[in-house]
Amino acid sequence: MVKIIIGVIAYLVLAPFVGGLLAGLERKLSAKMQRRVGPPVLQPFYDVAKLFEKEKMTPTKYQDYYIMGFVLFVVASGAIFFGGGDMLLVIFALTIGTACLILASYSSNSPYAEIGAERELLAMMAYEPMVLITVIGFYMYCGSFNVGDILAGGHKMAILPMIGIFIGWMFILTLKFRKSPFDLSMSHHAHQELVRGMTTEFVGRTMGFVEISHWYENVFLLGFVFLFFANGTPLGWVIGVVVAIIAYFFEVFIDNCFARMKWQFAFKSSWIVAVVVGMINIFVLYICF
Amino acid sequence: MGTILFLILFPMVTAFVLLVIAKNDASRDIVVKLAAAVIAVAAIVVAVQFAAGDGQKFSFDGEIVNYIMMGIEALLCIYIVIIGIKHKKWLASLFAIIQTPLVMWFELTKGHHIEVEHPLYIDKLSVIMILIIGIIGTLIAVYAIGYMKDFQHHAKDDRRPWFFFVMFLFLGAMVGLVTSNNMIWMYFFWEITSLSSFWLIGYTKTAEATNNAFRALIMNLLGGLGFAIGIVILGTVFNTVELDTMLMYGSLYGDLVAIPAVFFAFAGITKAAQMPFNSWLLGAMVAPTPTSALLHSSTMVKAGVFMIIKLAPVLGMSNFAGIMVMMVGGITFLFASCAAISQVNAKRVLAYSTIANLGLIVACGGVGSPGAVWAGIMLIIFHAITKSLLFLCVGTAEHHIGSRMIEDMDGLFDRMPRLAKCMLIGIAGMFLAPFGMLVSKWACMVSFVDSRNVLLVGCIVFGSAVTAFYWLKWMGKLTAVVAGAESVEHDVHKEETFVHISLVILVIIACLGFPFVSQTMLVPYLELTFGGLAGGLLSHGNMIIMVIMLAVIIIMTAMFYGKSNKPIVDIYLAGANTGDNRHYYGSMQKEVEFSLRNWHMEDHFNEHRMNVIGDVLNIAMMVIGIGIMVATLVSLLGGVA
Repeated sequence: MVKIIIGVIAYLVLAPFVGGLLAGLERKLSAKMQRRVGPPVLQPFYDVAKLFEKEKMTPTKYQDYYIMGFVLFVVASGAIFFGGGDMLLVIFALTIGTACLILASYSSNSPYAEIGAERELLAMMAYEPMVLITVIGFYMYCGSFNVGDILAGGHKMAILPMIGIFIGWMFILTLKFRKSPFDLSMSHHAHQELVRGMTTEFVGRTMGFVEISHWYENVFLLGFVFLFFANGTPLGWVIGVVVAIIAYFFEVFIDNCFARMKWQFAFKSSWIVAVVVGMINIFVLYICF
Repeated sequence: MGTILFLILFPMVTAFVLLVIAKNDASRDIVVKLAAAVIAVAAIVVAVQFAAGDGQKFSFDGEIVNYIMMGIEALLCIYIVIIGIKHKKWLASLFAIIQTPLVMWFELTKGHHIEVEHPLYIDKLSVIMILIIGIIGTLIAVYAIGYMKDFQHHAKDDRRPWFFFVMFLFLGAMVGLVTSNNMIWMYFFWEITSLSSFWLIGYTKTAEATNNAFRALIMNLLGGLGFAIGIVILGTVFNTVELDTMLMYGSLYGDLVAIPAVFFAFAGITKAAQMPFNSWLLGAMVAPTPTSALLHSSTMVKAGVFMIIKLAPVLGMSNFAGIMVMMVGGITFLFASCAAISQVNAKRVLAYSTIANLGLIVACGGVGSPGAVWAGIMLIIFHAITKSLLFLCVGTAEHHIGSRMIEDMDGLFDRMPRLAKCMLIGIAGMFLAPFGMLVSKWACMVSFVDSRNVLLVGCIVFGSAVTAFYWLKWMGKLTAVVAGAESVEHDVHKEETFVHISLVILVIIACLGFPFVSQTMLVPYLELTFGGLAGGLLSHGNMIIMVIMLAVIIIMTAMFYGKSNKPIVDIYLAGANTGDNRHYYGSMQKEVEFSLRNWHMEDHFNEHRMNVIGDVLNIAMMVIGIGIMVATLVSLLGGVA
C-alpha cells in the first residue's frame, strides 16, 4: 500500500518535470542535428509558463470540459500505471483521455482542428492493436496484468522472449509521441504542419494544460519501455531506465531523419508491424510458456 | 410459475386486444402504456421472487400444451408454404416443409416416449433476460406509440393494430423462449420469433421490405432446421429433450453432447445474425425504427446469443463445436466492425455494431469458460440498454432533421440539444472506459487470452481498435458546435422523450450498479453452471476503480459541461473568417460556406469486401465444425451397428 502511494505521488509530482526536461533536451538535440544552437534546456517550462499568462478565450464553451477530461484521464492512467495497477485499465483510461482531446478539437467545428482530430483518430486506430498486444504479451510472459507484479520480479527480463513486441512498441511510440514520419495530427515542426493540427483552436492556459498532459503521457509511455527490463533486481532497474531514455532520444533521432508520410502508410505499416512482429510473438509465447 | 406463465400469456392477450379491440389512437395509447407497465412490473416481480436461491424447475404435465403447440406449428408451416409460393420464395417453403414435419414426426414417434420432467425453468440468466425483455422491450413499445403516429403520415393504409399485435406477441414468445427447458417448446417459441420478425420487417409492404423480410425468414428457417435436427439427434441418441439434462450429460460426455450442441449453436448463429447470415439484420433496417430497436436490443438476436451462452458449458477449446462457435463470433466481430467504418447511414452503423457485439458474445459462449460467460452476459445487458437508446435516438432525429445519415447530423448539438446529449451518452456507453460495454469487452479480452486461441486474440485486438474509430468520428460529428444552428426539438412526442430519458437513466444505473449485478446474479449463476469460478473474473478492485471513474465523469459533467466563462472568440479560418464561423472570404471577397465531412476509408474498409472475407472464413469454419460433428455421429452410429 505504501509503495502504491509513493509511486502515485512520485509520478504526479515528478513526471511533469521529467517530461518537460526531456522535451527541452529533445529541442537541444534536434538543434545540434541541424547545426543550430537551440533554445535553453528549460525552454519548454518557459513556454508553458507564458501560455498560462495569456488572455483567456475559447471558441466554444464546451471545449474546457473536454480538455479537463483529457488532463484528468491522462494523469489518472499514469497514476494507475505507477501505482502498480492493471495495465489494461491503464490503456482504457488513456483511451478516454485521448477521446476527450479529439472531441475537444471536434467541438470547435474548425476545419483545421477537425482535420487534426480525424488524423489523431486514425493514429489511434493504427497504434491500438499493438498497444493491446504489448499488454497481452506481458500478461502471458509474466502471468499478470498488474504493473506491480511485473516490477516485483520472479521472472527473467521480458525483453528477449518479447523482442518482437518490443520492436512493435518502439514502432508505435513514434505515433504516440506524434513524431515524424507519423506526426499526422499535429507537429512541432513548422515546416510540415497545416496550421497547428488538432491544437489549432486551443489557446492560452488550455494549451498549457495540453502541453503538461503530454509530458505526463510521455513519461508513462516510456514506463512501458522500462517494463521490458524490469525483473525485480537493481540491474534491471538501471538497464530499464537507461534504455527508456535511449528510446526517447531514438524517437527524436527518427523524428529528425524523416519528413511526414501519408496517413495510408502510417496506418498500414502499423497494422502490418502489429501482425508480423506482435501477433507472431504472442503465438511464440503461447507455444513456449 | 404463475408469474412466468403470466409473462408469456399476458403480452399475447394484449396483442390480440390491440389487434381486434383497441384499434383507434386513443385506446391504443392507453392499452400499450398499461400493458407495458404491467409487464415491466411483472418482470421485476419475477426478479425479486427468484433473487434468492438457484432458480427453480417446474414440473407439470404439458401433454395438452404439446398438442396445442403442434397444431399452431402445423398452421404456421402451411402459412409459410403458401406465402412462400405466392411470393416465389421457394426456399422459405422448402425449409418449412422439411422442418415442421420433421419435428412433428419426431414428437409423434420417438419423442412420444420421452418423459419430460421439467418443461419450464427459471434461473438467474432467465431472470436477466426477462428483465431485459420486460423493461426494454416494453419501453420500445411505448416509444413506438409516438413514433408510429409520425410514421403514419407517410403511409397509405393504417396497419398499426397489426404492428402492435406483432410487437407484443414477440415479447411473450421471448419470455417463453428463455424459460423453456423442453427443447421442443423452445423450438416453438423460436419459430414464433422468426415469424414475428418476418412480419415486422415486411410491415410497410414495399417490394424492398417484402424482399428483406423473406431474406430474414429464410435465414432463420435455415437456423430453425438446424434446431430441429438438433432436437432429433438429442432425442434419438440421448433419449431426452430437456436442456438441463443435455447440459448435465455434457459435463460427463462433452464430446458426444457437442454433436447436437453444434446444431443448436448453428441455429443461434443464424438468429444472432453472424456472418454470413448478417444480411438479414441489415435488411431489417427498412422497417420502422422501433422494429430495429426491438430486434437489436431485447428480442430476436438476443435469443440467438442466449442459446449460445446456454450451451457454453459444452463448448470450449476441447471440441470442434466450441472452436467453430468462437471463431465464427471472433471473425464476425472483426469484419463487422471494419465494415461499420465505411457506413454513412447511422442505422447501418448501429446494425454493424450490433452484429459485431453479438459476435463478441457468441465468441464468449464458444470459449465457454466462466470468465467468458460472465463477459458475454454483461455484454447482453449493456448492449440491450445502450443499443435501444441509440436506435430510438436515431429514429427521433430522422423524423426531425429528415435524414438518417451521420453526415447530416452537423450541428445536431444545437439543433436537437437534448437528443444529441442522449446520443452521446449512448455512444460513450458503447465503447468508452468507465461505461459498461468496455467492462465486458475487457473481461472478454482476458478470457480470450486465457483460452489460448491466438486467432481469437487477434480478432478482438484489431476489432477493438476499429470500434473506437467509428464511434469516435460519430461523436465528433455530434459534439461539433456549429454556429447559428436553430433548435428544432420542440415537437418531439412526449413518449419518445420519456423513453430516451428512461434509457439514459438505465444506462447510468447499469454502469454504476454492475458490480452488484455481478455479485448477486452472475456469480451465483456461474457457480451453479460451472461448479465453481476458477478465477477469470475482473478483480473487485478494478470494478471499483471503474465505478469511481464513472462517478468522476458524472460529477465533472454536472459541474463543468458547457459552463466555461471564458469569452467566446471566432474560430481560425486562415484569417478569412467572415465572422459567423461558417463562411470565409474566398477570392474576390466572395463569401464561401465550408462544411466538414468525416472519413469513411472506402479503400481500406469497403463494406462488400469485408462481408465477403467474413462470409468465406465463417462458412469454412462452419463446414469444418459441423462436418466433423456429423462425421463423429456417423462413426458412432456405425460403431453401434
